[in-house]
Amino acid sequence: MGLTARPDRQLVTVAPQSQEGWVATRLDFLVNWGRANSLWPMPFGTACCAIEFMATAASKYDLARFGMERMSFSPRQADVLICAGRVPFKLAPVIRRIWQQMLQPKWCISMGACASSGGMFDNYAVVQGIDTIIPVDVYVPGCPPRPEGLIYGIMMLQEKVKRERMSDERLRDEMEPDPTSKLYIPASAIDELSEPFGNSVHQTRSGL
Amino acid sequence: MNPSAERIREKFPTAFVRAEVIWAETTVYLHPESVGDVVRYLHDDEAERYDYLSDVTAVEYRDLELPLQVVWHLRSLPFRRFLRLKAEIPRGAPLSVPSVYPIYKGADWLERECYDMFGIEFVGHPDLRRILMWEQYAEGYPLRKDFPLRGRFSRSEQLRQALAAEPESRYSMTELTIADAFEDLPLEMRQRLAGGEKTGE
Repeated sequence: MGLTARPDRQLVTVAPQSQEGWVATRLDFLVNWGRANSLWPMPFGTACCAIEFMATAASKYDLARFGMERMSFSPRQADVLICAGRVPFKLAPVIRRIWQQMLQPKWCISMGACASSGGMFDNYAVVQGIDTIIPVDVYVPGCPPRPEGLIYGIMMLQEKVKRERMSDERLRDEMEPDPTSKLYIPASAIDELSEPFGNSVHQTRSGL
Repeated sequence: MNPSAERIREKFPTAFVRAEVIWAETTVYLHPESVGDVVRYLHDDEAERYDYLSDVTAVEYRDLELPLQVVWHLRSLPFRRFLRLKAEIPRGAPLSVPSVYPIYKGADWLERECYDMFGIEFVGHPDLRRILMWEQYAEGYPLRKDFPLRGRFSRSEQLRQALAAEPESRYSMTELTIADAFEDLPLEMRQRLAGGEKTGE
């Protein structure tokens, strides 16, 4: 009623027993507020980070405060993919398939050093960061991150969700790497950038 | 020293190389081709009764002559004995040892893992495929000393090959079914399954 007609001075009072209770806001704000406070996580736990994730979901840290207590073990009913732990190459097509099965709007949190960058596992079996497979919204550092760290990452994701605009037409675009794009980096250039470093200088790809 | 070592030396003088004791654990070195016979004896003989195979694995040393050792860990539950068998494979010789799968069914995945990581062929294994790496993995055998830590292909090529395959091709649904193993189950379990038993849920 408040949205259709100008409220009558006499009708709207400050007396609690006769509150009319109307609110006017941007639709963006309302939708984002609703989304940000009931993100349903899809837990993708592969290693020790998953233990910290369980601790975060349990009673002491209580993920329910953020509307995330409902773990969705079906990707089709999930909003945010939380990748907790290292991803070996054998799992790479699996996590990409899960991401493709999730419906828009969807977000992704990369939890811990291994999911974000491969971490200490700079070897033949482990994907060097899940952002080489799927887009990531928030990276949580740590090995593994404490529950407070994950909660901080979740709150950052909530901030990001609250700033989304529906008028942004490209917001939900899903892009495959496009070789004609100016932002495209060819595989050879990626190899050049990721040459051995640190204590791996004696490792060559030819093996000799 | 485990008394089985002495008996192996007497019964299989051509197979026996040497025996040693380290930290109260006996290791018997054998010629690779005769491992099957010795394990068969250790399993079947009434005085030995090694009825439990703990592990099958391999080690590569920086040894110029005998770089690779294949290792079997046997345990005798009735006599509470532990015996380690080793077969040294000389450089240049074919990487092949007899499979102990006909004696211990549990050797199935252990030998597949050893094949996957070292490329050792277990002669007589019914289904020698890769088990940890996917079956199309083309970079070699990761636990060999000459295998570079980051693999042989570039990161982008590794990722391209990993993503090129469908997940279903790596995780065989037929392997997960118990229908094939139905005849091997105990009678009591077969009856329960055939009766369509409800679980407690």
